[in-house]
Amino acid sequence: MPSSSLRPGYSRRAHLSRFVGYVVAVVGLVLAGLLALLSALDPTGYGALKGVALDATAPVSATGRGGVRSVGDAVAYLRGYVRAGDKNARLERELRWARSREMEARAILYENSRLKALLGLRDRSADAVATTRIVGSSLAAQRSFATIFAGSRDGVRPNQPVRAPEGLIGRVLETGRLAARVMLITDGASAVPVRGLRDASPALAAGRGDGTVELRPLSAGQNPFRVGDVVLTSGTGGVFPPHVPVARVVRATRDLTIARPIADPGTVNYVLVQRAYSPPPLAPVVAAPSTAPTPAPAVAAPLPAPAPPADAAANVVANAAE
Amino acid sequence: MPRLSSTPRGFAVSPLRAAATPVATTLLGSACSLLPFIAEFPLFPDTGLLMALGWRLLRPELWPARAALGLGLANDLIVGLPLGQSAAIWTVLFLLCDLADRRLDWRSYWIEWAVALPLFALAVLGGWLFALAGGSGASLALYLPQLVTAIMLFPLAVRLCAALDRWRLNL
Repeated sequence: MPSSSLRPGYSRRAHLSRFVGYVVAVVGLVLAGLLALLSALDPTGYGALKGVALDATAPVSATGRGGVRSVGDAVAYLRGYVRAGDKNARLERELRWARSREMEARAILYENSRLKALLGLRDRSADAVATTRIVGSSLAAQRSFATIFAGSRDGVRPNQPVRAPEGLIGRVLETGRLAARVMLITDGASAVPVRGLRDASPALAAGRGDGTVELRPLSAGQNPFRVGDVVLTSGTGGVFPPHVPVARVVRATRDLTIARPIADPGTVNYVLVQRAYSPPPLAPVVAAPSTAPTPAPAVAAPLPAPAPPADAAANVVANAAE
Repeated sequence: MPRLSSTPRGFAVSPLRAAATPVATTLLGSACSLLPFIAEFPLFPDTGLLMALGWRLLRPELWPARAALGLGLANDLIVGLPLGQSAAIWTVLFLLCDLADRRLDWRSYWIEWAVALPLFALAVLGGWLFALAGGSGASLALYLPQLVTAIMLFPLAVRLCAALDRWRLNL
């Protein structure tokens, strides 16, 4: 046998040192297990140490990202070239349809802002904190995380929502100074409050870990979703601002609805980190009657869920979903 | 010993190179997960573990079981796992390797593979359990492709370790 340390023979000292080695290994194992459980339950723990590691590794991913993206772009370009003709015809058809909807949407937007002004209602900021790129993702890990190249230096903080122009990406989990880790909406631990675009039925979009999300309707009864339906964030509970496209239903059965995210983190060019959304408080509305006496406190009840500017959103989504 | 005496470089072995090569290549294996691809789906194998087990099965006397604590902790930091996850899982695997070493009297290509298979399965199961503790509801079947790629790539990792081993020891 090659190894003397594994079969120490009759030496007492060798036996003893081997025994001590195993004790160290087992004690370390137990400690590491406890540490992992703690940091699994509290993902923001040991932030400083993990932040330093994140800063050190993000540039490695960032430098190679450009090359990988241009290969992907080239493939998409070739595919687009082959299908240019019928795509052009379809796009023109869509453009005609979209123009008329846009005018409707503008009218509704105007009406909406007027109504909001009447109620003294103001959405608390969907301000941008940082615009950045996704540089990598957790390739081997059992979770769906991505790394973005903006950190606490740029004002990124845990729990801020991250979106692409097309739709929602996820939320910030932990930050280093230069980079931050984002939990994608497809991660198994992610849950986003959403609302159907067609009938505003509320649901929870829970990640499944395989690149899709499951829509769990909050109302009992028949499944309100059909294949092709788009869901938007509802803004309920804060963090995620309302009216951001989240996913499109690809499979709907009696009790299971699977949807695919509209923004694909592998192909989006830039992502926007926003300030965590806090829903408009009810108190100012109740205190408002001195300025606007008509809306009685009874009106305050439906306020947390204002009607979505459905047509405006439909326009955005129709473009993004293609 | 015709082969040894014909080696032009002789027996000079740098102790630093001999000790650092396995650790450095295992860390490089962990760093493979920094490749700039965006995956929503775990298909990519745990390359750090591939290298660590490759070295461990090739050279049983190289590392004591407690070395897995340090290597695993480094893997956690590089990959971005909950701190301590791979440290715990890898130590269990190394202890099981010690156990296997005491049971098995001889080694072959197929036996090493047969030892590695349950170890990788255990690693995937452990990762799933820790993800479950972290609130992830993903199903275990999702990680089957990752396990298959790891098993398939294992002989390659062992070959790589063997080549590095010869370079490390100046053979």
